[in-house]
Amino acid sequence: MSMRSTRTVVVTNPQGLHARPADLFVKTATRFASKIELVKGHERVDGKSILSLLTLAAVAGTQLSIEADGPDAEQALDALAKLVEQNFAENEHVHE
Amino acid sequence: MQKLQGIAVSPGMAIGEALVMGNEGFRIPRRFLARDAVEDELDRLNRAFDAATAEIQRNRDTVARELGSEYGAIFEAHLQMLRDPRLRNELEQMIRERHYSPEYAISRTLRRYVKVFQSLESGYMAQRAGDIFDIEKRLLRNLLGRRREEISSLTSPVLVLAHNLTPSETANLDRRFVRGFVTEIGGAGSHTAIVAEALEIPAVVGTGPFLSDVSGGDVVIIDGDQGLVILHPDEETIARYRHELEERRTMTARLESLRDLPAETADGVRIQLLGNIEFPHEVAHCMERGADGIGLYRTEFLYLGAEEEPDEEAHYRAYSAVLEAMGTRPVVIRTLDLGADKLLDHAGDEERNPFLGLRSIRLSLRNLPMFRTQLRAILRASTQGDVRIMFPLISTMLELRQAKMVLADVMEDLEEHGIAFNRALKVGMMVEVPSAVMMIDHFVSEVDFLSIGTNDLIQYTLAVDRSNKDVASLYTASDPAVIKLIEIAVNAARRKQIPANLCGQMSGNSIYTMLLLGLGLRQLSVPPSAIPEIKKVCRSVTMGQCEAVARHVLTLENARDIKSFLKEELKKVLPEMVG
Repeated sequence: MSMRSTRTVVVTNPQGLHARPADLFVKTATRFASKIELVKGHERVDGKSILSLLTLAAVAGTQLSIEADGPDAEQALDALAKLVEQNFAENEHVHE
Repeated sequence: MQKLQGIAVSPGMAIGEALVMGNEGFRIPRRFLARDAVEDELDRLNRAFDAATAEIQRNRDTVARELGSEYGAIFEAHLQMLRDPRLRNELEQMIRERHYSPEYAISRTLRRYVKVFQSLESGYMAQRAGDIFDIEKRLLRNLLGRRREEISSLTSPVLVLAHNLTPSETANLDRRFVRGFVTEIGGAGSHTAIVAEALEIPAVVGTGPFLSDVSGGDVVIIDGDQGLVILHPDEETIARYRHELEERRTMTARLESLRDLPAETADGVRIQLLGNIEFPHEVAHCMERGADGIGLYRTEFLYLGAEEEPDEEAHYRAYSAVLEAMGTRPVVIRTLDLGADKLLDHAGDEERNPFLGLRSIRLSLRNLPMFRTQLRAILRASTQGDVRIMFPLISTMLELRQAKMVLADVMEDLEEHGIAFNRALKVGMMVEVPSAVMMIDHFVSEVDFLSIGTNDLIQYTLAVDRSNKDVASLYTASDPAVIKLIEIAVNAARRKQIPANLCGQMSGNSIYTMLLLGLGLRQLSVPPSAIPEIKKVCRSVTMGQCEAVARHVLTLENARDIKSFLKEELKKVLPEMVG
């Protein structure tokens, strides 16, 4: 059974969605079977592709919609939204 | 389609496949694959990704061990990029459906990402471009492995596109297949420019960054007349350039019929039309076009192409080859005209202002053993033909006298050892610094001939570095001050009844021919490729016309008026020559 769901988040870590946060985002996203997409304004990219994520240039303050489509869409959105809201767990010990 | 404006350093046009020189000096090839090779190539791609992944993991572990895990984490993003499913899909699709080679697919795809990152406003994000280049390099290195294609083993015609070409890279190129050059940096005096001119192929330098927009195998147009490079040209543009090339071929064929006719004005004044060369093999280009001699034999390549400073025999062999081919026609050998920065063994301080620094004759006078080696070789060769020596960049009387003294000393040395040479060999100087023109009446009493080098004369007169795009437009042979200096030098030579030659790029440009003859020049030294065209102009005009042109030009006060007037005048005589 497929489910489609959206969550809106704001990037708050000062460096924005740069290489390491993007890496963590992709790592989290790929744990789920659902298709994940990130939407910024008119741009829509694959949430499991780090290169695509980086092309969004989501700096601090950017509002992003995370869309998930698949059996574990809700769990995926929970995990990803939490990641963004916790500033990509940029503190070393959280990121374990 | 994308147009790039650079500095035109060698004329002509070329349409062809790009050979992009990678950052590490290897080429990024395009090869279309045979249909049945696709699966093997996909394997190769996967192995390259695996190898690159393993490399990065090793780097990460090493760094993590030595500096702490947070430093190793930098590599995580690189690993993630290699794992990127979109990237892999795109590559596989290109290989499977378009039959691109993995190398080409990688460089094309990653460079597209680089472009996107470079265009991002956020500085931090834009820096990711560097990461992508890193990954591209890693993948290509793994793909090419030992098969990494060297630029010396070309098999089909290419246009070479590079950030910059070092002398050794240009020396290693298989010239038989190179049809044109473009470099992102560099100026008119750059090595690329000289080599391109010698090869008679178009070259544009100083275009600024563009290599991320192009991949090996892309069709590129180089317009060496306009300093224009066109990437991914559309059909219409290609057709236009093809047509233009065709016209030129016809024109060249027509001009070739002039080969055995003298360069003589319609009213019977004989002009000596000489060739400028850099390499001995260019003598053939001169002879094919009926040159009256070599007006400028640049000797820099002897120093640049070699691993170490050339010995006397290397000089001697090169000069002998030229002389043998030229028979009794004059050959003017210019002594080393390099800047200190270009010499191999000069590991010294970088000069802040190399054009005003230790270059050319100043460098020779500072490195006497090197200078004497060259002079000995020239003197020894002087028994084989009409050799003349020319000292470059003379700016004071003292320099000229010093140079002549060294020459006299070397002569004495040869005499002592009973080595034959021509004692009456003519010694001349280049006039390319305004101070030399100011003092020209003194100089003409101490030399056998003058040769006006307009490239440097323009730069020093107008205080313009023509490799600096912001001021390059000020650099023009049409400037009235430059023309005035030429007039002064030519008149001084005429009063003293010594020959004056003009050997800068100005002499190879047909719009200036009437002016130069009108100013009193009876010798022009031009790139071999320009000989037929300049000869055609000489044969189509009368000295009366030329003198009238010169008189009028000397009344004009700005470069633009002069240039358009000269174009109009040439158009009246030879409409087909003015584009």
